[in-house]
Amino acid sequence: MTEVYIDHKYAGTVKNAEDFVEKILTERRIGKISIHVNVLYERDMDAILIETSTGRVVRPLLVVKEGKILLTQRHVDQLHSKELSWTDLVKQGIIEYLDSTEEEGALVAFDEADLTKQHTHLEIAPMSIVGLTTSLVPFGQHNHGVRNAQGAKNQKQAVGFYAANFYNRNDMDLSILYYPQIPIVHTIMHELSDYNKHPSGQNVTIAVLSYEGYNMEDALVINKGSVQRGFGRSAYFRPVISEELRYSGGLTDNITVPDKETKGYRSEHEYRFLEDDGIVYPEASVAEGDVVIGKTSPPRFLSAMDEYNLETNSRRESSVSLKHGEEGIIDFVLLTENEEGNKLVQVRIRESRIPEIGDKFTSRHGQKGVIGLLVPEADIPFTASGIRPDIIFGPHGLPSRMTVSHLIEIIGGKVGALSGRFIDSTLFESEKEEDLRKELGSHGFSESGQETMFNAVSGEQYIARVMVGNMYYMRLKHMVANKLHSRARGPIQLLTRQPTEGRAKEGGLRLGEMEKDTFVAHGASLLLKERFDSDRTVVPVCERSGLLGYYDARKRKLMSPVYGEDSEVSYVEMSYAFKLMLDELKSLGIYPRIELEGKY
Amino acid sequence: MSADIFMTYEGKLPTSIIEEVKQLLPASASQKRIENVLSAVYEEYLDTLEEAGDAVGIVAAESIGEPSTQMVLRTFHFAGVSEMQVTSGLPRIIEVFDARKTIQTPTMEIYLREPYNAGKDLKSIAQRILETTVDDYVSSISLDISVPQIVLAVDKQALAHIDWTVDMLAKHINKKFKKFKVAASDKEITIKPGKEKNIDDLVKTRERIKKTFVNGIKNVSQVLPVKRGDEFIIMTAGTNLKDVFELEYVDTTRTISNDLYEVESLLGIEAARQLIIDETVKVLRTQGLNIDVRHIMLVADTMTMTGELQGINRTGIVREKASVLARASFETPFKHLVNASLVGETDELNSVVENVMVNQPIPLGTGLPRLVVRRDV
Repeated sequence: MTEVYIDHKYAGTVKNAEDFVEKILTERRIGKISIHVNVLYERDMDAILIETSTGRVVRPLLVVKEGKILLTQRHVDQLHSKELSWTDLVKQGIIEYLDSTEEEGALVAFDEADLTKQHTHLEIAPMSIVGLTTSLVPFGQHNHGVRNAQGAKNQKQAVGFYAANFYNRNDMDLSILYYPQIPIVHTIMHELSDYNKHPSGQNVTIAVLSYEGYNMEDALVINKGSVQRGFGRSAYFRPVISEELRYSGGLTDNITVPDKETKGYRSEHEYRFLEDDGIVYPEASVAEGDVVIGKTSPPRFLSAMDEYNLETNSRRESSVSLKHGEEGIIDFVLLTENEEGNKLVQVRIRESRIPEIGDKFTSRHGQKGVIGLLVPEADIPFTASGIRPDIIFGPHGLPSRMTVSHLIEIIGGKVGALSGRFIDSTLFESEKEEDLRKELGSHGFSESGQETMFNAVSGEQYIARVMVGNMYYMRLKHMVANKLHSRARGPIQLLTRQPTEGRAKEGGLRLGEMEKDTFVAHGASLLLKERFDSDRTVVPVCERSGLLGYYDARKRKLMSPVYGEDSEVSYVEMSYAFKLMLDELKSLGIYPRIELEGKY
Repeated sequence: MSADIFMTYEGKLPTSIIEEVKQLLPASASQKRIENVLSAVYEEYLDTLEEAGDAVGIVAAESIGEPSTQMVLRTFHFAGVSEMQVTSGLPRIIEVFDARKTIQTPTMEIYLREPYNAGKDLKSIAQRILETTVDDYVSSISLDISVPQIVLAVDKQALAHIDWTVDMLAKHINKKFKKFKVAASDKEITIKPGKEKNIDDLVKTRERIKKTFVNGIKNVSQVLPVKRGDEFIIMTAGTNLKDVFELEYVDTTRTISNDLYEVESLLGIEAARQLIIDETVKVLRTQGLNIDVRHIMLVADTMTMTGELQGINRTGIVREKASVLARASFETPFKHLVNASLVGETDELNSVVENVMVNQPIPLGTGLPRLVVRRDV
């Protein structure tokens, strides 16, 4: 008697377990039972486990009977002629979905040639051991697994043509590549996932070479001519959104050009791009500080008197303007309503982003790097046939990372470009490296992929031969223009009077606890003090009470909070944060008494 | 003849340096030459001294702290050799610097006296140190309810390791359980209750007999003889230095435990200080980190300077800090500020943290010297 459990709940017993399981499988394959029911005869427990619940991960496999798959050439032909579809195969029991439970009892072959009578299933494609993005890495079978994962990760950040309707959308942090290309070295997954309809990179000519040390530490040296011809050029879009909020008492925001009576009115200059409806006009070239959406809000607190003259001059300015360091061209203005029926304005700002030093690029093998130098085309080394590479890739990133696929793609890309065809580089099923090299040789190039190159500055021939070829490169969304930041003076926090934090707020770079310790370790006492002077204040201290005093402007005298004029009050320099702490101590009920002493 | 020259440098140079110079100089060296060498050494020595106002504490903290971020979770193992698991790496360093009362793996390294350390009878010596209970010397304990009695089937082989007979074991048990009648046969010990007892009590007694201490040193739950250099030593899991020192074959000058508090109470604070240094250096060596011992010595000095062990935490040396603000800036600020205000403490702003807080120059390095004006001139 074998126990039967349905979704881990005891359901009963059966006499002949093998027959029972077999029957369920046959009925599932002919469509009598749902394809998402999975069964396992667990011999050690002598129990049958039936799974029907939601949320199980399942994967499709080809069904094998008597060492042969049920899929025949006829099926394949019919699939090609679109007479059959995937679902038909599933309905006919040629393909079935296994979950982790049923997999325990299945013997799955990786390759059709490996099939024996014991096998129950065959992998549809060997490639399916990795996910969608990872299978986009060409020649992945030549790599360490981690590198494939990194290559996949990098591709997700690539700037490309992510959606054909991008012009009608208003996404955050969006980049569109000007001239996207289909990769010459592609995989089956590129076709299956419609990658060719939304590619995100460009085919470039690459030389594996050092260049004056400007491609150290994974940096790239890029041909300025290529950049001028449009390599890696992209548009960056950022949305600006504002809505007319409703407040209690029938008060609302107003999207309009604020009039001069408004509290917090900026200057006419900053409103200059606004049209009569209070919104910028398309194609206006705006920069830091310019108002994009003009808006006024009702006052925050209403006093009794104000209620009678509301609409006069007590409204606040609450326009949206470009923040520090932002600039661009107004691309698109959208006027609509939100769910609550409030007027909603969305403005999209466009910016052309030409690759510059510090922008990030990657191949599909986890070989990412930033531009270290843009070299005028005339100074780019050239091959014997006069080819100038678009990218000069440093060779030092290869030995330690062992991304062999990177090198094979260079050869593959070169062959593809010369033969005018796409190269199949699907994981485990790619074209053979040897064949590619032979084909390269048949085009009159060295089978190694190496070519004689010349120093374009001196005209001398390089002693070593250089690997030159074509590969697919993508620009990543991390651009220096969005990250560059510096500050000498700038905004401070209201509470502590210390500099604000973060690039968006034009903040300072914190000299933290451990950095402080390094100053102490060097004995640089006065330098340390100067570093921390950002919130320096000078406050009067009453020497009798030890509390902070104040300056009485009418009497033109320093006063003690306790003894009035009856005390010595002297100015003391301290950090504002400390003064704040003294105040907080007082609020705790602790009397922080400052005792003064002559400085010298 | 040259002794007096060396004498003049006593007090100026550390004795170890003077000794080194003595050894390195050839015996034929002239008086003049010795004098020259010594003065050169003295100058060099002065150059290596820390200057007043150097932040030695922070330099020590950084010198230990930075490399320990690179410590790896890798320990070395020897295939086929039975080993004892001892805490090492960062957890051990934290344990030592915190001066934890209970440590994860207390161990002893027992060095043996001259004839014993050659390795002869090592196993039986080790076996005698291991704490054993009755359970370790019997193959089975059965409870006969009909009589009633408890029958111990003695494992004579095990007993032979400690040179005991069945009779001796029976007497030993009888000593602990005086209300019972204990009888020994060739390989069995029968224990009968004196008066009538119920079965429940008998079951409890059986468990107590099992756990009755027989031989060895308490707390030592594991022994492992190891070859260290030319001699054999015994490593133990569990410590009991006091009892180990009473064994005649133990070399008490070198035997050590890794429990700071045990060493402190038995051998004194200086030994504890040395143990802090040794244990830290041991961990750092195994990790392949090279940190100057003097940094660790400074930490050890700080931890032991009051004559009692103090960890580097809020209950240890931080509590001893004179400055309220410095204490408050470390941990639990509220507690320190309130307590300070209750007793009216004054912060003299003499140290680093306080001065950073109030944005004054710190009294170290360039901030240390003050301008002094002589009025009488």
